[in-house]
Amino acid sequence: MRLYEYQAKNIFREYQIPVPEGQIAETPEKAVEIAKSMSRPVAVKAQVLVGGRGKAGGIRFANIPEKVAEIASQLLGSKIKGVEVRKVLVEEKLEIERELYLGITVDRSARKYVAIASSRGGVDIEEVAEEHPEEIIKHYIDPLLGFHSFEAREMVKKMGLRGRDLILAADILNKLWKIVEDYDAELVEINPLVKTRDGKIIAADARLIIDDNALFRHSEFKEVLKSEKRELNERELKASERGLAYVELEGDIGIIGNGAGLVMATLDMVSLYGGKPANFLDVGGGADPERMEAALEIVLSNPRVKVVFINILGGITRCDWMAKGIIEAREKIKTRVPLVVRMVGTLEEEGKKILEEAGIDVLDSMEEAAKRAVEISKQLAGS
Amino acid sequence: MAILVNNKTKAIVQGITGTQGSFHTKLMLEYGTKIVAGVTPGKGGQEVHGVPVYDTVKEALSEHDANASIIFVPAPFAKDAVLEGINAGLELIVVITEHIPIKDTIQMVEVAKRNNVNIVGPNTPGVITPGECKLGIMPGHIFKRGPIGIISRSGTLTYEIASNLTKAGFGQSTCLGIGGDPIIGINFVEALEMFANDHETKAVVLIGEIGGDAEEKAAEYIRKEFNKPVTAFIAGKTAPPGKRMGHAGAIISGRTGTAQSKVKALKDAGVHVVDRPREISEKLKEILS
Repeated sequence: MRLYEYQAKNIFREYQIPVPEGQIAETPEKAVEIAKSMSRPVAVKAQVLVGGRGKAGGIRFANIPEKVAEIASQLLGSKIKGVEVRKVLVEEKLEIERELYLGITVDRSARKYVAIASSRGGVDIEEVAEEHPEEIIKHYIDPLLGFHSFEAREMVKKMGLRGRDLILAADILNKLWKIVEDYDAELVEINPLVKTRDGKIIAADARLIIDDNALFRHSEFKEVLKSEKRELNERELKASERGLAYVELEGDIGIIGNGAGLVMATLDMVSLYGGKPANFLDVGGGADPERMEAALEIVLSNPRVKVVFINILGGITRCDWMAKGIIEAREKIKTRVPLVVRMVGTLEEEGKKILEEAGIDVLDSMEEAAKRAVEISKQLAGS
Repeated sequence: MAILVNNKTKAIVQGITGTQGSFHTKLMLEYGTKIVAGVTPGKGGQEVHGVPVYDTVKEALSEHDANASIIFVPAPFAKDAVLEGINAGLELIVVITEHIPIKDTIQMVEVAKRNNVNIVGPNTPGVITPGECKLGIMPGHIFKRGPIGIISRSGTLTYEIASNLTKAGFGQSTCLGIGGDPIIGINFVEALEMFANDHETKAVVLIGEIGGDAEEKAAEYIRKEFNKPVTAFIAGKTAPPGKRMGHAGAIISGRTGTAQSKVKALKDAGVHVVDRPREISEKLKEILS
């Protein structure tokens, strides 16, 4: 779960990591009110969960409250990289002397958390890693001993910081580790960490991603989760309620399968034969007829879908149950959208019988079925 | 030969009284796997499909000889179950459980490494050496013994490919699901090392997917020191960046984890990468004839 910048900054405040003075606004009036109360130049920052927000015009500056009103009314309701801006963060504009980078994330190959520091902040850290690898300082955190103050100091020293700056930045890095531990973060990042002209070290931005699998032990995010759900479209919302892994794509061929790898491969086959998948939907292992029914309802409720390709490989999943779910969904929705079903494995004969009695052809090969689905989608697009 | 499990493997089932644990204990027993005991705290003294249940792993091991465990314990308690297995002296732990927090997995994988314990998973279908031992939830009948080693990050896609291989006459030495999570125990490189030392295995099939750089690391290892032929399929060529495709680990983040990068790295290392799952057996025919 990604937190908005303002939510991450609220957590930073709990840990006494310095952040710019500021507040969140949902209306231009509120934004002006905040700016007035600060009586100095401000930054107005669109709260969206996409990278490259600054370049896309989502961060603007204003010296007078009238300008804040103008910027806020432009940003609120607009879209940045396809995502609607519902809130803006109005905060003091920092007088920047230099920009640094601090972050902690998960290194999959090392199977450890890794702390990363760089004296090149304010730019894409992956770019820095490619172009100036010598400017990236990494420390793999011992999974059993954790991260210690001296390790943070050693890293910050390597960034070239000295004196008070060294102590302040090391302290912030240490606190980031506390946040990782306390909140099950997969990523916490300050980019840029700013040294201001008057000598303060402040987290100008904040990124925080919480491990979805750890949310069961973080009831404090219940409200955040609810607000996150508001960002989903009705199909995504329904899938999330039913615990189905669903990702919407741009095409017109609906895809349902069991098992993430198989569904990904199914999308790939459809693309290989020249089709465009409308979605990824994994019903999971051992699904019952109701799950398949819900899956098909969700996929069919997408108006772009012209044909649905269902790919079932029965292991612990029963083909007869999947067939029942398909039939029930079709009767309920009374759809004319053609279905292409590929079904092999556990209770395959029973499943095929159910579908064939209902007039649905069943194929054995996923490649052939993908080809068929693509042909149908092209015929329908042409008609 | 084969790797990790064979007819000498004796296993316990942690979480044996749950729906999944009990169901798969039955299927593993039917396959011929030696399941000697089960563990569920508070359920000691019961039996599941004739297998005695104990409250702790230590107690189970004091009554039965076992070297492996398969875990069906729910995610919030899975780390504890793995640590209990390591502490009791098991050599191999297969973690079927999905949705374990990353922090927990990092810790349990580290403790296992320090104690020379092999972890398979989490979020894995398990491991099978056809005809000898199935420590997992895969449908046993689609596998047949033979010279092909399979290493995969997914479940059903592995069954798809394994059953194609079996039908085409290519049996398997061992089929290992390494798991769909970002952090896992045995990874591609470690599994390849095991297959390198297994005389029965003549060729390896690698089934990868988007996310992380495990396939790139495998390519590097294959290029440098793996001498058996490898064919591969990578799923997720059409996956959009930043979206989790079902598996916790299947996500392109920033510039890392694309299928294109994996395919390129593997091809550069001399691996036969195919576009369709079905082409793997065709490739093997070419290579092994």
